Amino acid sequence: MESTSLIAIVSIITAGVTIAVGSIAPALGEGRAVSTALSSLAQQPDAATTITRTLFVGLAMIESIAIYCLVISMILIFANPFWNHVIAQATGK
Amino acid sequence: MRLSPDALVFWRYGFLVLNSTIVTTWALMLVMTVGAMLITRRLATEGHISRWQGFLEIVVTTIQKQIQEVGLHHPEKYLGFIGTLFLFIAVSNLCAILPGYEPPTGSLSTTSALAISVFVAVQLFGIEEQGVVGYLKSYLKPTFIMLPFNIISELSRTFALAIRLFGNIMSGTMIVGILLTITPLIFPLFMNLLGLLTGMVQAYIFSILATVYIAAATRTRGE
Repeated sequence: MESTSLIAIVSIITAGVTIAVGSIAPALGEGRAVSTALSSLAQQPDAATTITRTLFVGLAMIESIAIYCLVISMILIFANPFWNHVIAQATGK
Repeated sequence: MRLSPDALVFWRYGFLVLNSTIVTTWALMLVMTVGAMLITRRLATEGHISRWQGFLEIVVTTIQKQIQEVGLHHPEKYLGFIGTLFLFIAVSNLCAILPGYEPPTGSLSTTSALAISVFVAVQLFGIEEQGVVGYLKSYLKPTFIMLPFNIISELSRTFALAIRLFGNIMSGTMIVGILLTITPLIFPLFMNLLGLLTGMVQAYIFSILATVYIAAATRTRGE
């Protein structure tokens, strides 16, 4: 198998697996965070603004892990340096 | 389909490049500065207060209250920096509702610049509050073995700020672009709405995280 098709195959498979596996853990973590925030809101409704703000900050931190995986996927599909390199070589030939 | 607005180049001369990111950033800066100058030309404290002045007062006092709630006791010192961060990111993400507009925060250059300026600001505010020696000593704080870990955590926080904002905004615009080629009628509309919401949330997150980092750097021991 030549290097062009090998790079294409591995890039596509890796992009899919990256985003699939990389969104499992952040989703579980966000679910736990929101459920804990809801139960503490039910226990202390007076602290609602503090709890809500801290919840959003925490969710953004957890979300950024999934965003890292998404960025890697996007780079593999749309701005793949190895693919660009072999394409440049192929068209240069 | 472009990965970032850096790829749309309007003008090039040697290594100087005028791309969509730079043009949009300067246009936003112009609009916000000129708008603010026009609104604050004749400020009134009583009598007839114009609606625009009321709107700006709401924005400024809300940001000030948020800074105070995080734990910084003199919010006026930090209001300029943090307010600018929030307003620039919020306006640049909200203007995505305009057709043919690409948010400059969807480019890694813009978000890295903002994250680096937060990093520099944290050091400067910390030194201003605790003096150079006192601030540098805070890196040795729990024990001096923690010095490399403290440095690594500073750098990775900056990196995470840049990538978080870039990833959120870039994925929003890219999802709309992809959906436009698949199901053109209704779905891109919902994704655009979601993009507006995440834009506002990310602006808030960026400025709150900057505030928290500055608060951690300026907190004197024993307070």
